[in-house]
Amino acid sequence: MSVVTNTTTIGAIDAPSRRNTELMLLAFAVAIPVFAYINVGLALDGELPAGVIGYGLGLGLLAGVAHIVVRRFARYADPLLLPLATLLNGLGLVLIWRLDQSPRLMARPDFSAQATNQLMYSALGIALFVGVLLVLKDHRVLQRFTYISMAVAIVLLLLPLVPGLGADVFGAKIWIRVGGFSIQPGEFAKIVIAVFFSGYLMVKRDALALASRRFMGLYLPRGRDLGPILTIWAMSLLILVFENDLGTSLLFFGMFVIMLYVATERTSWIVIGLLMSAGGAVVVASFASHVQSRVAAWLDPFGCRESAAAAGNGNMLNACDQMTQVLMSFGAGGTIGTGLGQGNSDLIGFATNSDFIFSTVGEELGLAGVMAFLLLYGLIIERGVRTALAARDPFGKLFAIGLSGAFALQVFVVAGGVMGLIPLTGMTMPFLAAGGSSVIANWALIGILIRISDTARRPAPAPAPSPDAEMTQVVRP
Amino acid sequence: MNKPLRRIAIFCGLLVLALMIRDNWLQYVRADELNTHKLNKRVEIERYAHARGNIVVEGKAITGSEETDDTYYKFKRTYTNGPMWAPVTGYASQVFGANQIEKLEDGILSGNSDQLFFDRTMAMFTGDEKKGGNVVTTLNAKAQEAAFKGLGDKKGAVAAIDPKTGKILALASTPSYDPSSFAGRLKDDEKAWVSLTEDEDKPMLNRALRETYPPGSTFKVVTAAAALENGKVDDINAATDTPEPYILPGTATPMVNHAQGCENASLNRAMEVSCNSVFAKLGDDVSRDKMVEMAEKFGFNNPEIDTPVRAAASVYDKEMSRDGNAQSAIGQFNTAATPLQMAMVTAAIANDGKLMKPYMIDKLESPDLEVVQQNEPEEMSRPISAENAQLLQQMMENVVERGTGGNAAIPGVKVGGKTGTAQHGENNSKNPYAWFISYAKDANGSPVAVAVVVEDSDARRDDISGGGLAAPIAKAVMKAVLDDK
Repeated sequence: MSVVTNTTTIGAIDAPSRRNTELMLLAFAVAIPVFAYINVGLALDGELPAGVIGYGLGLGLLAGVAHIVVRRFARYADPLLLPLATLLNGLGLVLIWRLDQSPRLMARPDFSAQATNQLMYSALGIALFVGVLLVLKDHRVLQRFTYISMAVAIVLLLLPLVPGLGADVFGAKIWIRVGGFSIQPGEFAKIVIAVFFSGYLMVKRDALALASRRFMGLYLPRGRDLGPILTIWAMSLLILVFENDLGTSLLFFGMFVIMLYVATERTSWIVIGLLMSAGGAVVVASFASHVQSRVAAWLDPFGCRESAAAAGNGNMLNACDQMTQVLMSFGAGGTIGTGLGQGNSDLIGFATNSDFIFSTVGEELGLAGVMAFLLLYGLIIERGVRTALAARDPFGKLFAIGLSGAFALQVFVVAGGVMGLIPLTGMTMPFLAAGGSSVIANWALIGILIRISDTARRPAPAPAPSPDAEMTQVVRP
Repeated sequence: MNKPLRRIAIFCGLLVLALMIRDNWLQYVRADELNTHKLNKRVEIERYAHARGNIVVEGKAITGSEETDDTYYKFKRTYTNGPMWAPVTGYASQVFGANQIEKLEDGILSGNSDQLFFDRTMAMFTGDEKKGGNVVTTLNAKAQEAAFKGLGDKKGAVAAIDPKTGKILALASTPSYDPSSFAGRLKDDEKAWVSLTEDEDKPMLNRALRETYPPGSTFKVVTAAAALENGKVDDINAATDTPEPYILPGTATPMVNHAQGCENASLNRAMEVSCNSVFAKLGDDVSRDKMVEMAEKFGFNNPEIDTPVRAAASVYDKEMSRDGNAQSAIGQFNTAATPLQMAMVTAAIANDGKLMKPYMIDKLESPDLEVVQQNEPEEMSRPISAENAQLLQQMMENVVERGTGGNAAIPGVKVGGKTGTAQHGENNSKNPYAWFISYAKDANGSPVAVAVVVEDSDARRDDISGGGLAAPIAKAVMKAVLDDK
């Protein structure tokens, strides 16, 4: 059937692919970090940084490859996701490079320059992104791996607890060390477990949506249907207790509750989920000292720093001091920030360029910069949710909302943690923070969202030509 | 499934909104509070990120700013002859804060003052490194040196003023400290700071401004001024009606005289040998309230004598009983004065009754040495008439010529003075303070008035010690100023 005949039938007009929009946005997403890079060089040394050409070409090349692959293999994909991720990744590289130049951090024994590594990880991330688009022609294939995904996710989550493999970094046991590389398996588990949740909930949604009785305006689920949520809850608590990681724990449980709610359309699941996480948090906080110090540092960082110093409580002092430094760093930024390269966020010391990188944004780019970054993250999240809305199959919907929900929770938990809105957890800001696992896993996440959005926006296959249509055709002179 | 998806979209939007609101609260509402928090090193980092301006005496900087390799603070404060100038400069430490001029004029010294806005803006356009401005003081280097060396290893203080202008010429306090010793942030700095703050001799106390001592017999010049101003004495050489022994009003306690021949002694004679009975009785005759009035005109009971470093308030009790007032009239009981206060009393007398406001900052300069603020002499009060001031001068000059203050005499120059020895402690158990106040005078009026206080175990409980210990120091300071002319 030729294209010409298609145009004569209603509904078969090609939807715009928006690939050129994406290309134009990508140009900005590369140019802005390059200017930021120049800005840092000028502020620190008063001259153009030597690496600017290499950096600009590298970032441009990565973005270009990603764009060509999207153009070729996911033609109808959402045009915003790739430029947004590129921009965040590019600015993250600039911030990490800026902190590499800090004499105060260089003097620390636990610090090493990260910019080159991070550029390599970004390249790996984009390679994985490309791989996802090449290999995963249709996300529905993943449905087949529902239970394998569960097993893989559990293994990934438990890896840090394996003796000899896991590494304890400042209390949190969420790292493994393999041949000189630190890997955070939780970042990958996030995606794998979303596959499991989507596949599982798609099958069980009808049963889970069944109501037993009405209580205070809510339809409560049947008792026997509480099994899955209890299991996930218990697992999250185990992560919290044994890996000391509030963030990962919250992320998985929150993701499950969101997906459960979407699958069943029952508000009662949200209420039950909130009650369970509150209960779990209270129970754990009452005996885990690691969590207690984080909570104390959140409630009153300055007061707790003083009392911890007076009491000689080293762990508590560390947690509280860190929080005061982070808050003062944000305060120092004020409305428009000190300008890149001119702040003192390096006073935070430990993990300045990873867990706390957002406070460098706060100090050097100010309130305005933080707002812009939050908007970028908000846009990624909402494009993800939009993809879920547009997806035509329930698995795709659940998968997309699971990934975007997890992304949203992660941004909230990390940014909320460093800004003192909620207790601090050891997670990384997607795309900004130094660390390979995070950037690689998040590129894979964007790849999957792009794949789902491509499937969702792809024009429906043209209806088979019907004899009736032929009959009503206007007779041409 | 789309309805819950839309709700999740809103929920995610709310999460981001919550972050934004929190950030506004943090970076806009709380920014000031966080920026000025005492744990925040940024203020100090910024203060020492550029070369700090200097405090200048007679065209020479007595401070400096040294570039270091430190990753926190680029520059460190240094002091030339730190212990001698410490009562003037105060300290500026990377870790322990700043005080006195270093703190009060930090805006100029660090270059952050609004007065330097123009310079900062220009520097921004020309790309010049930001620099601090200078604080030019009124001090006299020779006088300061004479005062500091004169005190030596004794505990004490010296304040010297130019009576005609109120310019502070010398301000010494011993034992002193070197502000350089804790200007940095290293272990040694902390050790120095701890040992200085724990030292029982309080080396960091600025005794010339911040410590009050019972002024002893030097206060008799204030009592004499009150007697003259209130008409209790018209002729300084006429006999007064003073019994021997003089019993304190309302008690059975006699006022002890260390001097001979105080019965009915004239005011001049009583000043010359320092009769306690005559002045105690005069103080009582003048009455408490009139004594308070006179003392306050000289600057007593004023908690805001800012040079600009604020001096402690000197005290003349407003509520005491009659016998308390009689004792206070000879500088005992509750009366307490800073060395600066006694120098002001002396200066007012030497300046024919006009008290000039004491100050030690002559002008503030921008980094390129343009004057951004020039301080002018200011009259503070007129405690006594010119005639009475001249009568007081006669008596004080007589003290140096014939009386207890002979050690302060300078050949060829008119010098007026008054000695004092103040007892203190329970039952006068502690070391007494030896005082001496004096001025020198030439044809153009008086260029210097000085007050010296020395705490010393050797001081005997009579007036000779004031003349013996403190007068030579006062003399050296006056001579330094006179020679400098």
